[in-house]
Amino acid sequence: MSDQANDWRFALQRHRGTAFAALLFVAIFTVYLSNHPAGFSWNVVQTAANKAALLAFVAAAQALVVITGGIDLSAGMILVLCNCLASTIVIGATPHALAGVVGVLVAGLACGALNGALVVVGRLQPIVATIATSAVFFGLALILRPSPGGSVDETLADLTTSQIGDTFPASLVFLAAVIAIVWIPFSRSIYGRAAYSIGSAQSAAFMSGLPIRRAQLLAYALAGLLSGVAGLYLTFFSYTGEAAYASGNSYTLYSIASVVLGGVSLAGGRGSLIGAVFGALAFRTIGDLLFIFNFDPLWQPLFQGFVLLVAVSLSSVSLLRVRNRLEWFA
Amino acid sequence: MGSSTIFRIENVSKRYGATVALHNANLAVRAGSIHAVLGENGAGKSTLMKIMAGVIGPNEGRMLLDDREVRFATPSRATDAGVICVFQELSLIPDLSVAENILLANPPRRLGMIDAKAQRRLAEEALTRAGAPDVHPNMLVRDLPLSRKQMVEIAKALARGPRILILDEATSALSQADVRTVFEVLKRLRAEGISLLYISHRMSEIEELADECTVFRNGRSIESFAAGAQSRQETIEMMIGREYKHVFPPKPLKPPNAPLTAPALTARGLNWSGQLNGINLELRPGEIVGLGGLDGQGQRELLLALFGVLRQWSGSIAVDGKPVRLDGPRAAKADAIGMALIPEDRKSEGLMLPMSVAENLTMAGLGRVSRFGVIDSNQERERVAELLKRLQIQTASPDVPVGSLSGGNQQKVVIAKWLLNNPRIFLLNDPTRGIDVGTKQELYRLLRGLADDGAAILFYSTDYDELIGCCDRALVMYRGRVVSELAGDNLTERQLLAGALNVSAIDEQKAAS
Repeated sequence: MSDQANDWRFALQRHRGTAFAALLFVAIFTVYLSNHPAGFSWNVVQTAANKAALLAFVAAAQALVVITGGIDLSAGMILVLCNCLASTIVIGATPHALAGVVGVLVAGLACGALNGALVVVGRLQPIVATIATSAVFFGLALILRPSPGGSVDETLADLTTSQIGDTFPASLVFLAAVIAIVWIPFSRSIYGRAAYSIGSAQSAAFMSGLPIRRAQLLAYALAGLLSGVAGLYLTFFSYTGEAAYASGNSYTLYSIASVVLGGVSLAGGRGSLIGAVFGALAFRTIGDLLFIFNFDPLWQPLFQGFVLLVAVSLSSVSLLRVRNRLEWFA
Repeated sequence: MGSSTIFRIENVSKRYGATVALHNANLAVRAGSIHAVLGENGAGKSTLMKIMAGVIGPNEGRMLLDDREVRFATPSRATDAGVICVFQELSLIPDLSVAENILLANPPRRLGMIDAKAQRRLAEEALTRAGAPDVHPNMLVRDLPLSRKQMVEIAKALARGPRILILDEATSALSQADVRTVFEVLKRLRAEGISLLYISHRMSEIEELADECTVFRNGRSIESFAAGAQSRQETIEMMIGREYKHVFPPKPLKPPNAPLTAPALTARGLNWSGQLNGINLELRPGEIVGLGGLDGQGQRELLLALFGVLRQWSGSIAVDGKPVRLDGPRAAKADAIGMALIPEDRKSEGLMLPMSVAENLTMAGLGRVSRFGVIDSNQERERVAELLKRLQIQTASPDVPVGSLSGGNQQKVVIAKWLLNNPRIFLLNDPTRGIDVGTKQELYRLLRGLADDGAAILFYSTDYDELIGCCDRALVMYRGRVVSELAGDNLTERQLLAGALNVSAIDEQKAAS
């Protein structure tokens, strides 16, 4: 085999999870579009894209943490908190509204940094630390907005949720831009590499002299930032803020489902943000598929769960090859 | 040898609690030379290497690099100073590519971001230097076979620009052809002025490579000499000579022509994953059979294979003459088989540390204290009391967490928990590591008692003293094979060590006389 062919083969092997998620999404979305009662229209795509982009941001946040072998159970509540905050400060004249955007992003980053500090400095287990902070974040959101309300700068909102030239959904461009700005520098920095190494073999990463503490902290902080972007985006989308407990929790759970669907290993070390984004898009489309076929909405959770189960089972096939049974528990 | 000393270790000591791992060790490494470090298990070689590589800190003594005192608080400090270690337990990240691993901590960067092209070029150069140009830099390390991983590990060390390169059993997983390649690489590095510290138990490798040798024994550096100044025999003599401090129960005297009992456990031509290579073994009721050899020669894998933990082995295993293929510990402990395995790491594989002593004691034999699937707490208490008494386990109460017990008492619990099942075959994986002398002696007596009651015992130990004192015969393993079987007057430290190093000590003795 030529060197060039080898390059392709190894690249594919490495990005198998991401490629799987992308293909899964394309396949499901094709079924969705071709059976949509209204047929193909950019409006249909826009509606689907806006809903999916929200989850995609949270899934990307989740992926950052999961790659290090951790988990962020507060992602959904950071979204809720930033939604409430955005509905309070992203208002008024343009300079004021833009300052508000910065404020929301800083808040998200700070939430993530707190999670990271608890895990890295406080040495708490990620599950414990983020369950606790998720309650804190929700509490803050509730104080900020005891009842639903508020508003948001409409220019910014329309800019990010409408269509570009009456065709392509702006939300997807927004999503791609944010992911690119966060992911490309991170994944190509020594911190990104250290993040993967921690998830893959923490002691080997330490022995190799990688900056494992800073990398972990950065991963959690950036995850908070992305959840914050999601909260901001929800505000652009809904024009209000609401401390919605159930919705925060379901975003957390769905983000974990999306990450798994996107080929990111919950054990850490494997997968990418791009995969998680496709996982989120696919997960949302699966949910919408039933409406197209006029099924009773009651069936939606059952169907969604079933598809998820099948998709994640595929990743366990390799366990059949294990030659030492102890490796099942490693 | 005219080259100057660039690295010096002076009177370095390291203690773990009461255990002395290293005592006043000295070592001087010359520029552009290969220095071999020899010694038995637990002689202090690995501790010394870890201190040099900044993994652990010494309690006393100092290290001098270019005549200046240095302290390495972390592995990366040692790396910065040019002291680089190729670890036996691989330090590679399985989910990253070969190129990413080779330049892991210090990749080439442009505008703060990793320059993938330059990284690949540098990785290819390092692989070529390490003699492994066949490894593709974009492959994931997890997909490489063990021998290639070891070559990548060497390439990773070379890419860091070592001044002193430490190789700790770095050729243990390599094929003969790879070993040749690595030797050429090491000789070239020496010619380039790099100093190499080479830890190996293969005498032939050391004879070919080394310029100088230092022998360690019981945590002390015994002697340094120019390679070739001492014969194999003399070198082995230097490595042995530990103090005998244990008291062992007497071995039963068997009449010389007594008929052999039928073996309880038989293995024929057992192969697994390149780590077990045609093992033959017979274990009879009433005997304690030792497993010797240096660490990591397949002893652990053999015990796991017999206990049904490994899959896809070939060959045959028979219990009471009937072939079996066990699918796990549950099958192995069933009455028809009656096996028990005492694992090497009691904290992860032997005990549930937060659970109580009583719960741990009945863990493997719960079926015997329950009726219709419900645990009979009266019966459980009775059995637990019996076991505590029988093994004299020191505990404030059966209900305290087992993690609160001393190491020796924890180990007694690990063994005691199997006794409820009355096993007929015991597999022990270095059960006395890190426990006190008194408890060790109790364990020896317990094992002998079990054997006298008809149990067959396979006892892997890294302590030769134990193999000699406690076992009726011993099998020495080397690279997944049983290379010698020793019994009676042949069961000596010299013979055990010769087997472990895979050299024939008897022949040399004859040749010398």
